Amino acid sequence: MHASIILLLPFFSALVILLGHRHLKGAAVLISVGSSVISFIACVALLAVADDKDNTKLLLPFLDVGQFHANIDVLIDKQSRGMMFIVSFIGMLVHLFSLGYMKDDDAKPRFFGSLSLFMFSMTGIVLAGNLIMMFIFWELVGLSSYLLIGHWYQKASAAEACKKAFLTNRIGDFGFMIGILLLFGLNKGDVSLDNLRDAFVHGGALFDAQKSNPGIITAAALCIFMGAMGKSAQFPLHVWLPDAMEGPTPVSALIHAATMVAAGVYMLVRVSFLIEASPLAAEIIAGIGCFTALMAALMATQQNDIKRVLAYSTLSQLGYMVMAVGAVAMAAKNGYEPHAAEPGHPAMFHLYTHAFFKAMLFLGSGAVIYACHHEQDIWKMGGLRKHMPVTFYTFAIGTAALMGVPFFSGFLSKEAVLGVAFDSGCKVLFIAGAVTAALTAFYMTRLLIVAFFGKPRTDSAHHATEAPMIMILPLAILAIFSVLSGYDILATPLQAMKPPHVEGHQTVLWASLIALAVGVSGAIYLYRGKDKDPVNIKLFANKFYFDEIYAVIILICQDRLAWVVNALERIVVDGLVARLPTAIVARLGAATRMLQGGHLQGYTFLLGSGVIAVVYLVVFVLPRLGH
Amino acid sequence: MPPLLFYLLALITLGFGFLVVTGRNPVTCALALAASFVGLAALFLSLDAYFIGVIQILVYAGAVMVLFLFIIMLLDIKTEEGKKLNLPAIVSGVLLAVLLTLQIIAVVGSTSLAQKGTQDTPLALADAAGKIGRAALPTITNDLKAGELPDAKLIGFTLFDQYGFHLQVIGLLLLVGTIGVVVLSKRERSAP
Amino acid sequence: MITLGHYLVVSGMLFALGLAGVIARRNIIIVYMCLEMMLSAANLALVGFSRFHLVNGLPDYTAQSLVFFTITVAAAEVAVGLAIIVALFRSKQSVDVESVTKLQG
Repeated sequence: MHASIILLLPFFSALVILLGHRHLKGAAVLISVGSSVISFIACVALLAVADDKDNTKLLLPFLDVGQFHANIDVLIDKQSRGMMFIVSFIGMLVHLFSLGYMKDDDAKPRFFGSLSLFMFSMTGIVLAGNLIMMFIFWELVGLSSYLLIGHWYQKASAAEACKKAFLTNRIGDFGFMIGILLLFGLNKGDVSLDNLRDAFVHGGALFDAQKSNPGIITAAALCIFMGAMGKSAQFPLHVWLPDAMEGPTPVSALIHAATMVAAGVYMLVRVSFLIEASPLAAEIIAGIGCFTALMAALMATQQNDIKRVLAYSTLSQLGYMVMAVGAVAMAAKNGYEPHAAEPGHPAMFHLYTHAFFKAMLFLGSGAVIYACHHEQDIWKMGGLRKHMPVTFYTFAIGTAALMGVPFFSGFLSKEAVLGVAFDSGCKVLFIAGAVTAALTAFYMTRLLIVAFFGKPRTDSAHHATEAPMIMILPLAILAIFSVLSGYDILATPLQAMKPPHVEGHQTVLWASLIALAVGVSGAIYLYRGKDKDPVNIKLFANKFYFDEIYAVIILICQDRLAWVVNALERIVVDGLVARLPTAIVARLGAATRMLQGGHLQGYTFLLGSGVIAVVYLVVFVLPRLGH
Repeated sequence: MPPLLFYLLALITLGFGFLVVTGRNPVTCALALAASFVGLAALFLSLDAYFIGVIQILVYAGAVMVLFLFIIMLLDIKTEEGKKLNLPAIVSGVLLAVLLTLQIIAVVGSTSLAQKGTQDTPLALADAAGKIGRAALPTITNDLKAGELPDAKLIGFTLFDQYGFHLQVIGLLLLVGTIGVVVLSKRERSAP
Repeated sequence: MITLGHYLVVSGMLFALGLAGVIARRNIIIVYMCLEMMLSAANLALVGFSRFHLVNGLPDYTAQSLVFFTITVAAAEVAVGLAIIVALFRSKQSVDVESVTKLQG
């Protein structure tokens, strides 16, 4: 069976490598890369699987306690097949790229082991047939992301970043869990995706809850969204993603651009019936997505680290997808489509195209960083176009796709997102989306001009050479996908959930073209031939001071909380919980010690008394009580 | 059986049992125990359990008693003289015994099952021969038809027919017991 | 008329006597004898039940098989127990139960 191979192969690979990486050495890399290639092939084979009437397949009954069942089951449908392809394909390319990028790393087996662990957990999320299983793998993804961001844990900033990512994600996961438990309670303990959807579509316990108390459905939807907020780095939990760039660049490409951060969006699409059932939640989700998109785009315009620019652009694009999820649900209320997730979903489509070109951009930046001897500041690069032509062209293709230049995949998907924002009936969403598009064009052009054009500004940029073949190959493959993935020729067989093209969206088309033109021309005008940043906006460069604000808030809260907790600790824990029982137990112990005199006769007496008591109770007391 | 005989046997059993508990000299106690067991064996006979009665005399009044006496002689245990009586122990022991007896009398009095007499449940040997039929050996049915109770044969039949495995486990237990006794009574030699 | 109850009361009294002996006596050999009495009391109850619960007009021989087993186990127990007493006597030079209080907590 395909699904279990796809799920278990990376698991065994991770297990073998992490258990035996001291002895495996080079073999570890082979195992990991091999497993990723095989699971890619299996995923391609999976694409051919036709839809079944009952898509959920039970793999393992995980917990069976009374009425409570938590299963490991896989739900194979259009969404999971398409997503599986993205995950395994980009995963495989990243594995290959890492062969080159991590060649000189001492802890290579650990890296590849964690990578396999990530592949396993991500596969679990994608295939999960119920929310409990999804939550389990959700946590596993958080763990493997933690391990990979902190791969170079000797660096203090990397160690801090992985901690930050993990803790921020925990906040989101907490909400996710509460959301799952709410649904668990509402739907009588059944949280399998199929049955939840049925409960909404055909009525049932959940449907009744929705009728009688819409607030609780909204609460569940928002709690679940909180999980996505953490994983997909939406405001206000977005702060971890830029810091996560401390990890090795292939990891950034795989986890923090293409797959893990998309898991939140994927999960939201999975439960889109829930969001559609609650208009308020849909509006909040769309609003947060829109705000994140705009804010991150503003921040990206003033970053100097090549990976950070891409990180903020990822944030912004994820905001786009989340906005699309909310907007689709809002549009559904306006009679857009009854079940928008069925034929094609703009969020999933954008996720799909974005996965390819963003992974490519990250890998391209990895190649640049590798060539410039781990220099990440774009102002210390320049003129790389001549030294690294292949990297430049692929990077340019990715940039074009991200900016939404016509005929590239990003153009089609971005237009779909803007289109649904237009249809949602909320003008703010659409305008903010268009402004974000202009900003995207602006900062990506800036990046391209500063890093690749002009003259080399440092020695390392001057001596940069083209990356080795093993790193170029994934770039080239991804470049092809960045161009073609938006067209039906690829999108249909890959089950990318491309939404049907809506005619009559002239406004949308013109808006995106104007945004593109404004952004590109602005950037060219400002940055052409400059050696220093002519624009200097502190607010954007310092990320709106979110980190500082959080630090202050946490400091204040922590001090207050610490005071309360300290008081509680003194009175409740120390006094009531620790001292009192100690005293009681000590007295009891002293009393019972008298019984343990070691005297045979005493023991026999107790035994006899016990027998008499038991006979008395059983024969004379219990019958009277009616037993 | 005549009630008088039952009371006599019960008196022998309990009276000598009392002597065991109160006797000062261990030898006296052992002999009283033997006498009590003889009374008990007679009670078994009165319940038509001839085989068990005989076994009771053979094993308890014979083998076990000899073991007790042997140990008493071997260890040369004297009468407990000069030692103070352990008053609390005696009081609590008597108290428990009285309570237990009362309780058992109450239980017996409260169930109708215990009111069955021997006359209410006569043995029906001839009928039994027909009822057991082919399930039993011919020698058993022949005895039953002749109006005799083939007690030992029936126990043997039950044991080997239904409890063969248990019998072997008991055999193993005896073996382990034998080995245990050998190990326990071996004198520990001081290290050379 | 002698009923099952009579036998059970005798059995219970014999058991109670044995229990009183185990509690009150300090000579470990006599304690052991009292234990044997308690076991025999249980046997008496079993044989009584066997006689008054007729199967096919015959006593219930399952109960008597159990008695047979009990007697066997009791014999083995006496052998082991007496061996323990001998070993105890060797180390303590006494058969007083009060001399064995190593188990106290």
